[in-house]
Amino acid sequence: MSEPDASFVRFSEVQKSYDGETLVVKNLNLDIARGEFVTMLGPSGSGKTTCLMMLAGFETATHGEIYLDGQGINNVAPHKRNIGMVFQNYALFPHMTVAENLAFPLEVRKQPKSEIDERVSKALDMVRLTGFGNRRPAQLSGGQQQRVALARALVFEPKLVLLDEPLGALDKNLREEMQYELKHIHEELGLTMVFVTHDQSEALTMSDRIAVFDDGVIQQIDSPDVLYEEPKNAFVAYFIGENNRFTGVVKELSDTECSIEIDGTDGTVVKGIPINVNGVGSKTTLSLRPERVYINPREGVTPNVLDAKVLELIYLGDHIRTRVSVAGNDEFIVKIPNSHEHSRLARGDTVKVGWASEDCRALDA
Amino acid sequence: MTTADGTPLKVSLARAQRRLKFRAFYLVLPLFAFILITFFVPVFDMLFRSVENQIVPQILEKTAPLLLEWDDRDGELPPEEVFAAAKADFEKGYAEKTILKVGRRMNYEEPGFSSLFRKTARRAKNFEPPYKEAFIERDDEWGEVDTWRYLKRESGAFTISYYLAALDMSYGPSGEIGVKSDKRAIYINLFQRTLMLSLLITVLCFLLAYPISYLLATVSTKTSNLLLILVLLPFWTSLLVRTSAWIALLQQEGVINDLLVGIGLISDDGRLAMIHNATGTVIAMTHILLPFMVLPLYSVMKTIPPTYMRAAKNLGATPTKAFIRVYFPNTISGIGAGGILVFIISIGYYITPALVGGVDGTLISNFIAYHISQSLNWGLAAALGVILLGLVLVLYYFYDKVVGIDNMKLG
Repeated sequence: MSEPDASFVRFSEVQKSYDGETLVVKNLNLDIARGEFVTMLGPSGSGKTTCLMMLAGFETATHGEIYLDGQGINNVAPHKRNIGMVFQNYALFPHMTVAENLAFPLEVRKQPKSEIDERVSKALDMVRLTGFGNRRPAQLSGGQQQRVALARALVFEPKLVLLDEPLGALDKNLREEMQYELKHIHEELGLTMVFVTHDQSEALTMSDRIAVFDDGVIQQIDSPDVLYEEPKNAFVAYFIGENNRFTGVVKELSDTECSIEIDGTDGTVVKGIPINVNGVGSKTTLSLRPERVYINPREGVTPNVLDAKVLELIYLGDHIRTRVSVAGNDEFIVKIPNSHEHSRLARGDTVKVGWASEDCRALDA
Repeated sequence: MTTADGTPLKVSLARAQRRLKFRAFYLVLPLFAFILITFFVPVFDMLFRSVENQIVPQILEKTAPLLLEWDDRDGELPPEEVFAAAKADFEKGYAEKTILKVGRRMNYEEPGFSSLFRKTARRAKNFEPPYKEAFIERDDEWGEVDTWRYLKRESGAFTISYYLAALDMSYGPSGEIGVKSDKRAIYINLFQRTLMLSLLITVLCFLLAYPISYLLATVSTKTSNLLLILVLLPFWTSLLVRTSAWIALLQQEGVINDLLVGIGLISDDGRLAMIHNATGTVIAMTHILLPFMVLPLYSVMKTIPPTYMRAAKNLGATPTKAFIRVYFPNTISGIGAGGILVFIISIGYYITPALVGGVDGTLISNFIAYHISQSLNWGLAAALGVILLGLVLVLYYFYDKVVGIDNMKLG
C-alpha cells in the first residue's frame, strides 16, 4: 500500500467547463501524498477553487477522474466523501451554538451522545476555545469563528481537510497567528490538507508544496524555497515574491549562461542563466529578486554592473526599499538591508547596481 | 464625567445632539401628523364609540338622572315624578324629531322598544296627570317594571351592552347577564370561523410560497427577477378583477366545473359548489395573499449563503437532513413574518369574502361593515372591531413569546 500513500489524492486528466465553451481547469494532473500540506495558489479565476470544489464534490469534473485513497470519487455524493472543509466565510450555522455546530457532523453519523460530548470538548480544547461551547457564532470574534470552523472540519476525523481561503477575512496579525496554528495542527494530527489561497506569503509559510495555478493550468508545483528561488516561468516568478523584470532578446546561449540584450536600450547586454529560452534570437523575460541586487558592488564581484538613478526611498525598518531607474526600467526595486554598513543614498543619486548571473533567470517571454 | 470647562459630559452631549434631533423630528413631522389624524384618532374614536351611550341621557335629559336614582329592587314602578319627566322628554323629543333615536337605541337591548316609543311619542303632548296612568293607558308595556329597568340601565353615559352583544350575550330584564340561545348567537361562531379560515389560509400560503421562494432565492438573478414579476403580477391587477376572475372560474357554470363535467369526472347534476361558501373564500384569499408570504420568505432565503447547505453536506448530512437541520431553521424568521402578515391581513379581510363568501364564507369584518353601513349600529360595529383588535394583539403577544418579534424579518 505504498502507492496510495504517495498519491493519496490524485487528479487524473481532470478538465472542467461551466459553459461548454471555455475550460476553467485544463487537463489537471496532480498527486498529493498522505500527510502532505499542499497549497493551491493563484489569482482569482485561475481554477484553484474549482479544483477544491471538485474534490469536495460540489462541482463535477467535466472530464477525468479524481481519486481519494485509491478510490474514484467522481460519483460519490459530497456527504459520503468524509472530507472536512473550512469555508471562506466559515459557514458556521448561526442558529446553533458552537458546541451544536461541532456536534453536527457527529450527530448525523449517529455517534452515541457521550462520545459526541467528549469529542466536542476535545475539539474545543484543541482550538483553545474551552468554555465557548454555549455561545452562538455571532458572539465570537472573526478569529474565534475561524477556529470553530476548523474544529468542526476536524472533529469527525476526516481523511482529508480542505481549506478554502479560510484566513482571508482576518486582520494581518490574526492571520499570521492562525497560519502557525494551522501548521501546528497539521503537524500534530498528521492530516492531509489542501489549502486554497491567493496570498503568496500565506502559501510560503504553511505549505509542504505549492501548486501555482494560472489560466486553469498548474504552472509549477514545488516546495516553497524551490518555487521562490527557482521559478520555472515568468508567471511564477512574478506571482511569488517581489521581482524585477526585463524583457530582451537572447544574443548568446550556452548550457549554463546566456547573454541578453535588454529591450529599449542601445545595446545593454546582461548575463543570466537560461531556464526557459528557445535559443539565440528569441525573446525572453529576465527575473531578478530585489534582495539579490547589490548597490555599488566592488569591482569584479558581479559580472553585471549597470548605472542606476535613485528615484524613491521607502524606509521599512529592517530594510530600505529603493526604487531606481536601470536600463529604461523605472520600477526596478532594490532592498537595502538596514545594517551598519549599508549604503546611505538620497533621491537623485547616481549609483551602480550589480548582480550575479545565477540570480538572473532568463524565462519565457 | 465633565468636559474641559466643567459642564457635565451628558449635558454637553445632549446639547450637541439637540439640533440633530430636532432636524430628525421635523423630517418625520408630516408623517407623524398624518398617522395621528388617520390612524390614532379613528382608532380611539372607535374605542370610545364601543362604550359611549350618549343617546339616552341626552334625549331623555330629565328622565335619565331620575331613573338613575330610582331603586328598582323592590319591583315597584318608578315614582310619578319620573313619568312626569318622561312626558316632558317625549314631548320635546317628538317636536325635535329625536325621540325615535332613543327607541332605535333601546331596540338593540330588547325588540319592541322602537314601536313603543313611536306609539307613545305621538300622543305624549296630550297626556294629563297623573302621568303614570296616562303612560300605562297608552301601552301596557309602561306598566312593566322591566321596561323601566332597561331604560334605567342605559341611562348612564357609558355602557357595556355593545360588548355583550358582540360576544352573543345580553342583559336579562332584571339586569343579569345571560348567554344568548344558540339560534340567536352569531358572533362567537363568526370569530371562530374567521380565526380558523385565516389560519387555514396562512397554512396554505406557507405551503405554496415556500417552494416558490426557495426557487426564487436559488436561481440566477435574471430568472428570479422574471419569476418575481409573476409573483407580483396579482398586485398590479385590481382586487375586484381578480376576485371576479375567481367567480368566473369557480362558479357552478364556471370554467372548472365545465371542464370537470367535460372530461366526465363529475356528472352534470353533481357540479361542485366552490364559490359563495368557505371554499371560495379560502381559494381566492390564498391567491390574493400569497405575495405577502412569498416576499418575506424570499428576502430571508436570499440572505442564507449557499455555503450553509454545502457545509452541512460536507459534514456528512444527507441533502434532506441538511435541509431540515440547517436550511429550514434559518428560514423561521421569514415564516414568522409572512405568517403573521398573512394571518393579520386575512383576519380583517373584507372585500373578497363579501364577494365570494356566500353565507358560510363571510368573516367578522363583513358583519362590522354591515353594522356600519346597513344596520347603523355603530356601537356594535365598534365593539366587534375592538374585540378583533384585541384578538390580534393577544396573538401577537404569544407570537412574540414563542418566536420572538426580533426574529421577524420583513425584508
